[in-house]
Amino acid sequence: MTLLFTRQHLFLRLFFFCLSFWAMGHPCLATEDNSQLSHGLSQLIQGNFQRKEEAVKIIATSGDPRAEQILQALLAGKLYRIKRKDTLVYKEGKGKKVAITSVLTGESLGTVKKRAIKKITINNAIRGKLHGQLALINLKNPDSQIRLQAVNKLIPTLSPKSAGTLETLLQTERNDKVREALMTARAIIGLRDTEKPRRLEALDNLQGNLTPSVKNELIRLLTEEQDKEIHNKAQATLNGIQSKIKLYGLIEKLFFGLSLGSVLVLAAIGLAITFGVIGVINMAHGELIMLGAYTTYVIQQLMPNAIGTALLLSIPAAFIVSGATGILIERTVIRFLYGRPLETLLATFGISLILQQTVRTIFSPLNRSVSTPAWMSGSLQLNPVLSLTVNRITILVFALMVFAGLYMTLKKSSIGLQVRAAAQNRSMARAMGIKAARVDALTFGLGSGIAGIAGVALSQLTNVGPNLGQSYIIDSFMVVVFGGVGNLWGTLVGGLTLGVANKFFEPWTGAVLAKIVILVFIILFIQKRPQGLFPQKGRAGA
Amino acid sequence: MVVLKYLKQDRGGMITLGLIALLTIAVPICNLMVPEGNVFHVSTFTMTLLGKYLCYALLALAVDLVWGYLGILSLGHGAFFSLGGYAMGMYLMRQIGSRGVYGNPLLPDFMVFLNWEQLPWFWQGFQWFWFAMLMVVLVPALLAFVFGWFAFRSRVTGVYLSIMTQALTYALLLAFYRNEMGFGGNNGLTDFKDILGFSLQADATRVGLFIASGVALALGYLSCLYITRSRLGRLCTAIRDQEDRVRFIGFKVENIKLWIFTFSAILAGVAGALYVPHVGIINPNEFSPLASIEMVVWVAVGGRATLYGAVVGAIMVNYAKSYLTVAMPDAWLFALGALFVLVTLLLPRGVTGLVRKKEVDA
Repeated sequence: MTLLFTRQHLFLRLFFFCLSFWAMGHPCLATEDNSQLSHGLSQLIQGNFQRKEEAVKIIATSGDPRAEQILQALLAGKLYRIKRKDTLVYKEGKGKKVAITSVLTGESLGTVKKRAIKKITINNAIRGKLHGQLALINLKNPDSQIRLQAVNKLIPTLSPKSAGTLETLLQTERNDKVREALMTARAIIGLRDTEKPRRLEALDNLQGNLTPSVKNELIRLLTEEQDKEIHNKAQATLNGIQSKIKLYGLIEKLFFGLSLGSVLVLAAIGLAITFGVIGVINMAHGELIMLGAYTTYVIQQLMPNAIGTALLLSIPAAFIVSGATGILIERTVIRFLYGRPLETLLATFGISLILQQTVRTIFSPLNRSVSTPAWMSGSLQLNPVLSLTVNRITILVFALMVFAGLYMTLKKSSIGLQVRAAAQNRSMARAMGIKAARVDALTFGLGSGIAGIAGVALSQLTNVGPNLGQSYIIDSFMVVVFGGVGNLWGTLVGGLTLGVANKFFEPWTGAVLAKIVILVFIILFIQKRPQGLFPQKGRAGA
Repeated sequence: MVVLKYLKQDRGGMITLGLIALLTIAVPICNLMVPEGNVFHVSTFTMTLLGKYLCYALLALAVDLVWGYLGILSLGHGAFFSLGGYAMGMYLMRQIGSRGVYGNPLLPDFMVFLNWEQLPWFWQGFQWFWFAMLMVVLVPALLAFVFGWFAFRSRVTGVYLSIMTQALTYALLLAFYRNEMGFGGNNGLTDFKDILGFSLQADATRVGLFIASGVALALGYLSCLYITRSRLGRLCTAIRDQEDRVRFIGFKVENIKLWIFTFSAILAGVAGALYVPHVGIINPNEFSPLASIEMVVWVAVGGRATLYGAVVGAIMVNYAKSYLTVAMPDAWLFALGALFVLVTLLLPRGVTGLVRKKEVDA
C-alpha cells in the first residue's frame, strides 16, 4: 500500500517536474497559465480598497512563484500600473523618468515619464494582510528548506491567531524537520492558552526542545504563571532544556578542543620523529611548517580557478618542498652535530631565522590569506545550539589520516624498519648493513615533509605569514615532551589532550591565561614524569 | 685577596677588565670635558649605546656562568633580565608622580587609562629606591629558585631543560602582554622622567648610569671569576662534564645547580635594571624567546666557558646588530642566523678561541 502510494507520488512529481521544464521553455505560456494570479491582478487594478484586500489573498494563495515578488513590491510601494492600459509594472529608480519592468513576464519595458504610470495605493488594513500573507507564501513553498526557514522565522513572532494556519499546514506537511518546527510553533502557542490542560500538554511537547524561542517563552511563562502545577512543570522543562544546552555546549567545547589538538598533533608529529627517533632538536621545524603553508599559497596563486584541486595538489608539493629543505639542512649542518644536542638546537635556530627572513624577503612580511575551497567551508548544523565547522572536521580527519599513514610507514615498510633499528641500536643496525647516515637523512626528510603537510592544513585555519611557524614550535615541543619522546601514540594522545585541556580552561581564565596554565602544568608534569606519558626507549629517550 | 690571585691567572680577564675600566673612566670624560666638535668627543647617544652594551655584557656573563660552566643551556635568561628591568621600570614609573599625561599623583598613566581606581598591591613600595633594588634582586632570584628547585630535583637536563626555560619565558611573554596584569600591556613602561631626583635627560645622569653599568659589569665579572675558580666552580665544571659521577661521589648536584642558577638569574636581573634607564623603556618583547636565544649566541660567538669571551661576544654581536639594523635592515636576521650556524659548526670555541692557546679552561 505504502509502496503504491510512494510510486504514485513519484509519478506525480515526475509529471510536475516535466511540466515545469516545459513551462520554463515557454515563459509566455506560463504567464497566461495561472488564471488565479491574473484574476487577482485584475482585482488589484480596481481602485477600491476592499477589492484590493481580496486580491492580496487571491494572489497569495495562487501558488505562483511570482506571487511573493508582487506582494513585496506592493508593500514597498513599487507596484505601478500604466495609465489607460491596465498593465502592472515594477517601478525602478527615481526622478521624472523611471525604468519599468513588466510584472507578468519580467521583461524590461524601457523608461517612461513618471506621469504615465500610477501607483497602486494601499491602506493599513491591506498592509497588515500583506505581512501575514507573505509569511504564509514561504510556508507553502515547494522547497522544504525554504519552508523550514519560514517556520523558524515565524516562531519568534507567533500569536494565538496563527494557530489555525499551523493546524492546516501540519495536515499537509510531509517533511519531518518542517513538521517538527511546526509542532514547536504549535506548542509555543499552546503555552499561552487560557486552559490549563492545554498549557500542560504544550509543556509536555516542549520537553528538551532546543529552539531558542522555547527557552525565552518558558522564562516568560515562569514570571507570569499563577498556577503552581504549571509553574513547577515549566521550571522542570526549562531545567531539562538548560542541561541539554549545557551538554551540547560541552560537546562543542570538546570538538573545538579536538580540533585544536589535531592541529597540535599535525605540527608535533614531524617533530616527534626528528626529536624522538634520531634525537635531534630541530628548532627550524616551525619554519618547515611555514614553508608548507607558503607552498599552498603559491600553488593557489598558480591555479586560481581550481582552489580545491590546488589544495589537494599542495599536499604532496608541500611534503616535497619541506622534505627536501629538511634533507638539505640535515646534510649540510646537522650531520656534523650528532651527539651534541645543545649545539644542534642553536644551529637549527639559526636556520629558522634564515628561513624566516628568506620568506620575508620573497613574499613580504605581510600575511597572505589562502582561500578555502567550497567543500571545506560552511558548517554542519546538528541542532539549534550545536554546529560544527566543516574545515575543522576535515582537518581533524586529515590529522588522523596523516598519523595513520606515518604509523604504517614506520611499522610496516622496510624504511620504517631501518629507522626503528637505527633508533634503537645504531651500531648494531650498522653491523647488520643498514646505512645509518642515509637513514638519518631520510628520517629527517620524513619528519620535515610531515611538517610541510601540517603547513597545508594550517593555511586553512590561519593567515600565512613568516611568523607562522614560530607560534607553533613551543607548543609542538610541549606536545612531544608531554606525550613521551620517541612515541607516536604519545604524540597523538598528548596533542589531543592538550588541545582539549586548553579549550576547557579558556572560559575560566581567558585564552592567554589558559595557555600559561597549560605551560605551567607541563613544566610540573615533566617534574613528575620526565619521560612523558608513554616512555619509550630510543636514542633520545631512556 | 683571593680574587686578585685568580685574576692574575686569567690574562684575558685582566685585559678585558682593564678595557672596561678604561671605558668607564674615559668615555664620561670625553663626553663631559671634551667640547663638541673635537675628535675625542663622545656624544651622549654613543655613550648610551655603549652603556647598553655593558648591560648586555653583564647579561652574557650570567648566561655563560650556567651554560659554559654548568652545562645548562638556558633559553630563558631574558625572563630574569626583563623581570629586573620591570622592577626598575616600576620605580621609575612611580617617580613620574603627577607629571604624567593625566596628572594623577599616584597612578601611572596606563592605569588611569584603564580606569583603575587604586594602585595594585604589587606596585606598593616601589616609590622607594631601596625597595625597587631589593626587588630587582629578589624577583628573578625567586623565580629561578622555584623553577630550578622543581627542575633540578627531578633531574631534568639537556635539551628538555632548555625547552622548559624557553616555555617559561614564553609564558611570561604572554602574561605580560595582558593589560590586566598591571604592567602596561604591550606598551610596557616608558616615559620615565628622573631617577633618584636626577633628570634622565641630563648628560650628567647618563654619565652616572654609564659608570654604574661599568662598575656593575666589573663586579659581576669578578664575582663570576671568584665562583668559577673556587672549589665550587671546579665542582660545576665537573657536573658539566660528568654529572652522574659527581653525584655518585656524594655531592648534592641539584643544590649546586640551584644556587649557581639563582645567582646567574640575579646577575641577569641587575643587568636588566641597569638597561632600562639607558633605553628608557621596558616592554614584553624582552621576554620573547628570540631575545633569550640571542643572548646564547653572544656567548657562543665570544667563546663559551671563558668569562671574558662572554663579554667580548656580547659587545661584538650587539655592535654588529646596531650597525646592520641601520645599514641593511633586511640583512640582520640573515647575519644572525648565519652566525648561529657558523659558530656552532666552525668556531665551537668562539672568536676568543682563535687567539687563545691550548690552555686548560678551568
